[in-house]
Amino acid sequence: MSSTTTQPDDTTDERLLHRSLFSRLLGRPELGSVIGAVAVLVFFGLAADSFLRSMDTVLYAASTIGIMAVPVALLMIGGEFDLSAGVLVTASALVSSMFSYQMTANVWVGVAVSLLVTLAIGFFNGYVLIRTGLPSFIVTLGTFLMLQGANVGVTKAIDGTVTTKSIEDMEGFSSARAVFASTLSIGSWDLRVTILWWIVLVALATWILLRTRAGNWIFAVGGGGPAARAVGVPVFRTKIGLYLGVAVGAWISGQHLLFSFGVIQSGEGRGLELHYIAAAVIGGCLLTGGYGSAIGAAIGALIFGMTKQGIVYAQWDADWFWFFLGAMLLLATLLNAWVRKRAEAAK
Amino acid sequence: MRYSRMARTTVVFAAAVLAVSLAGCSDSGGKDSEDKPETGGGGKANTAEMTIAMVTHSGQGDTFWDIVKNGAETASAKDNVKLLYTNDDKADGQAQLVEQAINQKVDGIIVTLAKPDAMKAAVQKAVAAGIPVVSINSGSQFSKEFGALAHFGQEEGVAGEAVGEQLNKDGRKKAVCVIHEQGNVSLEERCAGVAKTFSGEVENLQVEGTDRPGVEAAVEAKLTASKDIDAVVTLNADIASASIKAKEAAGSGAEVATFDLNSDVVARMEKKEVAFAVDQQPYLQGYLAVDELWLYKQNLNIIGGGRPVLTGPAIVTAEQAPDLKKLTDNATR
Repeated sequence: MSSTTTQPDDTTDERLLHRSLFSRLLGRPELGSVIGAVAVLVFFGLAADSFLRSMDTVLYAASTIGIMAVPVALLMIGGEFDLSAGVLVTASALVSSMFSYQMTANVWVGVAVSLLVTLAIGFFNGYVLIRTGLPSFIVTLGTFLMLQGANVGVTKAIDGTVTTKSIEDMEGFSSARAVFASTLSIGSWDLRVTILWWIVLVALATWILLRTRAGNWIFAVGGGGPAARAVGVPVFRTKIGLYLGVAVGAWISGQHLLFSFGVIQSGEGRGLELHYIAAAVIGGCLLTGGYGSAIGAAIGALIFGMTKQGIVYAQWDADWFWFFLGAMLLLATLLNAWVRKRAEAAK
Repeated sequence: MRYSRMARTTVVFAAAVLAVSLAGCSDSGGKDSEDKPETGGGGKANTAEMTIAMVTHSGQGDTFWDIVKNGAETASAKDNVKLLYTNDDKADGQAQLVEQAINQKVDGIIVTLAKPDAMKAAVQKAVAAGIPVVSINSGSQFSKEFGALAHFGQEEGVAGEAVGEQLNKDGRKKAVCVIHEQGNVSLEERCAGVAKTFSGEVENLQVEGTDRPGVEAAVEAKLTASKDIDAVVTLNADIASASIKAKEAAGSGAEVATFDLNSDVVARMEKKEVAFAVDQQPYLQGYLAVDELWLYKQNLNIIGGGRPVLTGPAIVTAEQAPDLKKLTDNATR
């Protein structure tokens, strides 16, 4: 008898095992949220007749959350929180507006100063976190409360009221509006420029996470700081970088806020940090760090935006709005978790 | 090594700030275009200094309460009053602030009664301690019962009714009332007031007031979902500007009307983007409350003779806008 029959496959290294595209897709952290998003889309597509026609507005609502959800997701993968993210957006807008106004400067000068100040606040968060070893929850809670007070206090001290003066008639406003708050009409759809910013940020964050050394560092520090340090990951630089990332997101959102309305109300932004964190978690980020994706966070923001808008399009009783929102988000996330569990079992 | 790098970063940072601030100036708008304020002012009462505590249910950085506070401060400067302003948007926190004022043995307390049940005990305790109390803003029906001397404010329902009548005049058929803070009784009363006198249909919409892009998207959604809405009623000035953007994006011809004023709303009213605003003259609420406590101490006067004094509603349209512009910039209207 010939003995050409090959050995059975069980000696092959399991890491080299061929996996079908389908099972590889199932293993991605964002898959569950994609299914959740499709479910929400179909649901409101059926429940509200004007929902699908108004995807431009839905995308706008999603993008204003999504621009921040992406850097916040990266930070969470790196194992940290940022509770100051919501008011940081307002702070960034206030700095930009007040600097331009008080100095009677071209608004682009204010935009640049705002970027520097916002980055400095992000750096402060990261620096205090690393130097004191306190949990990020408490460090950024401190920043959150300080910023909330400073936003109102500084605005009142400089402007005399709690709302900034309009900078709409100042030089550079129209070009800045074009960059941060313009609208592009394609057919019957009015697409806001924030959607573009959002897509660019998602692409950039995904590239960093999956294709660069910094991406590996982020997963490593989120998985366990001491272990990461032991294998030579620069924990300090990585975490500072993540907080700077949140600052950049806050800067973009803040400039959008400023250039779409011309004036900034200093009490705004409170509570939005939870929306960003929620979007990241719906999109598959773990609260404990070390796992998640930027695309997932974007889809989380999309689910959040679709649900928020969908309830209005469906014309449900306004008194129950927040109940519906909470219930829909919980259902979408449950579906997400269920899909992921099935995927892991199938591996 | 690290410190030198830190120092270098700081220098680069400072240089960058300097560089961008020197880079460009604006020839239009900005501080340089402001009218220079006139200095000088009235005299001051020569009565002994008295301390008044003002405790409101305002949240942080609210335009409306800023104006109330400005009114109270102006009257305090005139009447030789030391004003202690505190605020807490949670009912139990506000009640505690009143108790603190009682412990401080102030000469008078100004309080808001937006959450009457929570404030009842604290106000009665102050009255029992012999401290005169004046209530402002909403809750006029509770003022006398709790033992306050006088009340300065606007009946939210009455203001809402005024809006409903104005909408009838403008020939509107279907309105949406945008509620920006959940569970706030006075906001619900405003919408209920609108529904009472408006001959068309009124629907409420819940939004989150601290998230303006979110407000804009929600109002746009509402206007797209029901195309027949021809009036948007917002309950504070900051929500009005977001609603105007939403209306434009939705391609809706609805008119926007709002409660309360700020400089942005006045500017938009001049451009006819806001049809009208209902002003409850918050400056008066703060000003008169301080004045009342001073008058009571000097002369046992009671403004309004034991009945609530209404500071609103005053309907403001494009005609008054030019005159109001400077006043809203100074946060007195």
